[in-house]
Amino acid sequence: MSSLVAVSQAVAMSLQAAVQALAAELKAITSRPWTLMEVCGGQTHAIVRWGLDQLLPPGMRLIHGPGCPVCVTPAATIDAALALARRPGVILCSYGDMLRVPGSASGDDLLGVRAAGGDVRLLTSPLQALALARAQPQRQVVFLAVGFETTAPATALLARQALALGLENLYLLVAHVRVVPAMAAILADPANQVQGFLAAGHVGAVMGLAELEALVAAQRVPVVVSGFEPLELMAGLVACVRQLEAGRAAVENAYGQVVRPAGNPAAQRQMAEVFAVVDQPWRGLGVLPGGGLALRGPYRRLDARERFGLSAVDGRAPVDANGREAAAADGPAAEVCISGRILRGLARPPECPAFGGACTPEHPLGAPMVSSEGACAAYVRYRLPAHGR
Amino acid sequence: MTDRIQLGHGGGGSLMRQLIRQELLPLYGHRTGAPEPVLHDAATLALPRAAAGLAFSSDGYVVQPLEFPGGDIGSLAVIGTANDLAMAAARPRWLSVSLILEEGLELALLRRVVASMAAAAERCGLRIVTGDTKVVGRGQADGLFICTSGIGSLEQAALLPVPVGPAAIRPGDQVLLSGDLGRHGVAILAARHGLALQPPVLSDCAPLWPQVAALLDAAVTPHCLRDLTRGGLAAALQELAEGAGLELRLHEAAVPVCEPVARCCALLGFEPLHLANEGRFVAVVPPEQLQTALAVLAPQGGCWVGEAAALPTGLVPRVLLRTALGTERLLLPESGEQLPRIC
Repeated sequence: MSSLVAVSQAVAMSLQAAVQALAAELKAITSRPWTLMEVCGGQTHAIVRWGLDQLLPPGMRLIHGPGCPVCVTPAATIDAALALARRPGVILCSYGDMLRVPGSASGDDLLGVRAAGGDVRLLTSPLQALALARAQPQRQVVFLAVGFETTAPATALLARQALALGLENLYLLVAHVRVVPAMAAILADPANQVQGFLAAGHVGAVMGLAELEALVAAQRVPVVVSGFEPLELMAGLVACVRQLEAGRAAVENAYGQVVRPAGNPAAQRQMAEVFAVVDQPWRGLGVLPGGGLALRGPYRRLDARERFGLSAVDGRAPVDANGREAAAADGPAAEVCISGRILRGLARPPECPAFGGACTPEHPLGAPMVSSEGACAAYVRYRLPAHGR
Repeated sequence: MTDRIQLGHGGGGSLMRQLIRQELLPLYGHRTGAPEPVLHDAATLALPRAAAGLAFSSDGYVVQPLEFPGGDIGSLAVIGTANDLAMAAARPRWLSVSLILEEGLELALLRRVVASMAAAAERCGLRIVTGDTKVVGRGQADGLFICTSGIGSLEQAALLPVPVGPAAIRPGDQVLLSGDLGRHGVAILAARHGLALQPPVLSDCAPLWPQVAALLDAAVTPHCLRDLTRGGLAAALQELAEGAGLELRLHEAAVPVCEPVARCCALLGFEPLHLANEGRFVAVVPPEQLQTALAVLAPQGGCWVGEAAALPTGLVPRVLLRTALGTERLLLPESGEQLPRIC
């Protein structure tokens, strides 16, 4: 075991040296206080967890993007899931971190419904829902399908198998979202400050670079597809700043070991077969054109909204001038919450009057506090007072 | 005997006598073929001559699944309470065991758990001296619950200048960790969520008294000992910081995590610092004893991980983590159940 300690220390020392070298390079090439956005919640989590922002050149700002699918799932969809989970005969299943996301009433989440007797199951793969439905033909199994293009192909596979097997008791409550429309919405905001993006590596692995290239062609903004480890994030920042300093705007793939230019065509075909691109409400951001996916064609038979008559519960929440859902949808205390501005990169978590006081990971008021990948939750967990709390 | 527990096994009649005599006597160190002991309402204990005092601890065990890679609810129930005693610098000596069985529990499983408890008691050097058995109806328990209470004797500990505990921690004290993190948590998660890890990760469930005794024998006078159970190192250090009213500084690069645990954490979005352990502890020692304590703990994977410091003015007790990159952040315990992240 002592050799294990030695190995982990050696790895840590070489990691530190490599990251410090990239930080020095970043400082050397930076002539202006650039503002960049890391799109994905996993990247935000890693940046704050590793304190990477403590290594940036003076004046450089990282804005934390809306790429946390758990955070942006509309409260109304959570309400629909809660209503389903309360129904006798229904097994509601989803990914682990959806279980403590509150619906429109503060504190009302799937863990609470489970405690009150609802059958709520945690899955690590959508295909587990298939096994559950086959094992319990007398029950109705509903999968709350969330996530970006990273998890949508697995949901598509589940839908295809459910239809192929002729299962009559498996339904999908789909809240899948697409990344690039959210990036476009941020750039379209007149108050936008983002000058370059670190794009989400895992989404790139599925979707490839084509959508990003269209965005860059239209908006002239540098986009660097980057990974999630400290070294990959620092390398992504260096590549993005190099473009900005040179006045270039292109899609650059700094995660080539995982992301191929064409992405994963098989996964894209699965998604195209099962889903149609639709306008989709995002919690905290409002309705984004082309921002989501819905079941199409024969797969609509699996739609939990239609099967259980949920459209009244799951209607589109009205959006106010700040781009956040109206108070009725976000809960009574949302008046003070500035999550819409945080998700658009116009404010940072500590600027919110509710941050860390009325709004905590145990009692979140706004989208970025509900999942550990949300910007507010990452700040609560990791930030020292001297760094802005 | 039938092959499953029935309500009648808890009824106080002949079925219950049969259960105790045929299945549960091995718990109390009874060997097949030996004359049956005379059962009585209470055990009487002779105080060891060297004992300057006693430590007393109690815990309930409801783990699911009942059997997991590297252990089961039985070994956990014995070793867990023995370890709590060891954290008071007490030698674990006697244990009580209460079993709550659910109607329908497989007798074969109960036999395995009982054998596992007997073996764990022997490993811990303690005797199970008293116990109780109840049966509840189907659906009123999750197969099998176990409550254990233990008594340990304070021997060398009597020589310590201050009682071992968070209140004895002083600024400048050094923090050691007895081994790598997260094996129990990963073993349970894998069993619970059907993850087929290759190679499988076994629980680290093991008695801690031998390492504590070795520290005391080497004339180390620990200010505090704390075993890492639910909540992992993060929760344990937070409790110690609050109990001591100090800042604890943890050096992430010094914290050992084995490769399979690290990989599983990366996959599911868990932090090794939050994962449960059942065979690891932290020892907080005065700075001048650091090398002696390290020499005792290092052969079994122990290492230095941090130190205690006075609180900066105006701040509440906290755990500061120095990352492998040299940056600093807060280390907070998880708020509740650990849930795998979506991506």
